[in-house]
Amino acid sequence: MELLADLQLGFGVALSLQNILYCFVGVLLGTLIGVLPGIGPVATIAMLLPATFTLPPVSALIMLAGIYYGAQYGGSTTAILVNIPGESSSVVTCLDGYAMARQGRAGPALAIAALGSFFAGTVSTLMLAMFAPPLAEIAFQFGPAEYFSLMVLGLIAAIVLARGSLIKAIAMIILGLLLGIVGADTNTGLFRFTFGLPQLADGIGFVVVAMGLFGFSEIIANLERRAKREIVMAQIKSLMPTRQDFADSWKAVLRGTGIGALLGILPGGGAVLGSFAAYALEKKIAKDPSRFGKGAIEGVAAPESANNAGAQTSFIPLLTLGIPSNAVMALMVGAMTIHGITPGPQVMSERPELFWGMIASMWIGNLMLVVLNLPMIGIWVKLLSVPYRILYPAILLFCCIGVYSLNNSAVDVGLALFFGLLGYLFIKLDCEPAPLLLGFVLGPMMVDNLWRALLISRGNPLVFFTRPLSLALLLVALALLAVVVLPAVRKKREEAFQE
Amino acid sequence: LDVHIRNPRDFYAGVIFLSFGLCAVLVGRDYPMGSALRMGAGYFPFVLGVLLLILGAVICVKSLLIPGEKLETIGLRPLLLVLAAIAAFAASVDTLGLVAATILLTVIGAAASPESRWREVAVLTVALLALTLGAFVYGLGLPFKLLPF
Repeated sequence: MELLADLQLGFGVALSLQNILYCFVGVLLGTLIGVLPGIGPVATIAMLLPATFTLPPVSALIMLAGIYYGAQYGGSTTAILVNIPGESSSVVTCLDGYAMARQGRAGPALAIAALGSFFAGTVSTLMLAMFAPPLAEIAFQFGPAEYFSLMVLGLIAAIVLARGSLIKAIAMIILGLLLGIVGADTNTGLFRFTFGLPQLADGIGFVVVAMGLFGFSEIIANLERRAKREIVMAQIKSLMPTRQDFADSWKAVLRGTGIGALLGILPGGGAVLGSFAAYALEKKIAKDPSRFGKGAIEGVAAPESANNAGAQTSFIPLLTLGIPSNAVMALMVGAMTIHGITPGPQVMSERPELFWGMIASMWIGNLMLVVLNLPMIGIWVKLLSVPYRILYPAILLFCCIGVYSLNNSAVDVGLALFFGLLGYLFIKLDCEPAPLLLGFVLGPMMVDNLWRALLISRGNPLVFFTRPLSLALLLVALALLAVVVLPAVRKKREEAFQE
Repeated sequence: LDVHIRNPRDFYAGVIFLSFGLCAVLVGRDYPMGSALRMGAGYFPFVLGVLLLILGAVICVKSLLIPGEKLETIGLRPLLLVLAAIAAFAASVDTLGLVAATILLTVIGAAASPESRWREVAVLTVALLALTLGAFVYGLGLPFKLLPF
């Protein structure tokens, strides 16, 4: 059993005192920002990147990963108790979670959410451990042509899976690709779109873009909403779910885990998509769909399991192919690069302690999260009563310090300000920012692989169609594109996102 | 023919895409183009810029035909003051130092919310200053200029 030996190595790394500590810090911070609406994992990880400079790479990645899946646990607390999603992946949990809370059943809702998340986390971490090695084997056969085709497929999948208008999602990806061009051209050294700023010669930092689009813009939008919304908090009586609750929800947890894990792997997927899909499925197959929205426990169990499963499995493309599938993973690429690790299939063979240590830590982190979220729920509830007017100046300050410290550059802060304004406009205009960031990160990688593929084939563009793996990937991309253009499917897609 | 904006959210989104596309094509017009097989530095900017122009135009035209949701009101106070706070931080951190930048950001930023109370802001500023210095400067040892002199 090679898997067991690998996991043993992983647990050896993850169970060192230092790594347990960083794992704990990660999931604690994750829960914190999950509970607090208005700051998500993207902004938090971007903020903390400079703080990980001095850490060993394993500890840094363990901590940053903990923030992402920790946020999935915390998000449900706010959704259930206050009817505001703490994270975008907990939007649907509000519907039935808050309804349960109003019926005096906040405790069981929180307990099922945490236990479902733990089950989903355990299963999907195991999936990651089982499927990553064979996938990395395949990835070793990838040349530049295959990588290029894979990224084309990724971008198309991201368009298909983006919420809202299809054409706007395409435009956002192209805008992201365009922003990725800024800086010196790798082949000719020509400075493109630098507008005379020497700081732009290396291109726009992805932390700058992420912080502006996901950090600053959210703060502004939240300040607006705040003024209108009065927070009414539900009381927690008992945490213990009844026997009936367990009987009602275990199947939903299983289905949610399956959907979430599957959708988490896809580009543009991650935690958010899974939670929406899982909720829609539960409503569809329920004997009595009218119960949903009125406190059906399946409506909490399924999406909460799904978002945690998705958060976990979205690491698969990153760790096996070196390709980020969502904004958080794009930041993880950055974190790895800072520590001199090139993401890709070679990580598993060259740095097994890093790969397996991270996987083992995810399971340990999930265990910590159950403890953090059930017996210690009172602390988080108290935190929710801290007014936003006290919190947001602190968030704003840490965001600024985070962006500045990455390159000790005040220009970066100014650029992030520009992206903050842009991101705010995008919120107002219903433009999903995630595809933009994906295009921004994948764009330069695509151009790079395109160049290399053409160089190897001596300029023959047919190389993308004659290599079987590359052709297969392009055909899947084409099929996806065809499917989404069909009117019938388009209607279905719109319905699915309406939920 | 009655032409007016029926879907303002899409219309202005289209305008944003159009302006980025236009900017890409105009600024990038002097970059060498090359051909599809030997791409010059100007190839991708041009192709992407044109694509963005096309998509922006389609989105705009569609917004004149198909009705959609109205624009939400834009809260000028949070928007301008949060941006001003970030700008103040960016402008002062290298010149006046981190202490002044922190104070400026917190005070201007706090003014963005009508709920802020000045006594609270004063306490908050002191607390954040202590936290910043303690965690980032002494704890993590990040190299900051602290004071203007």
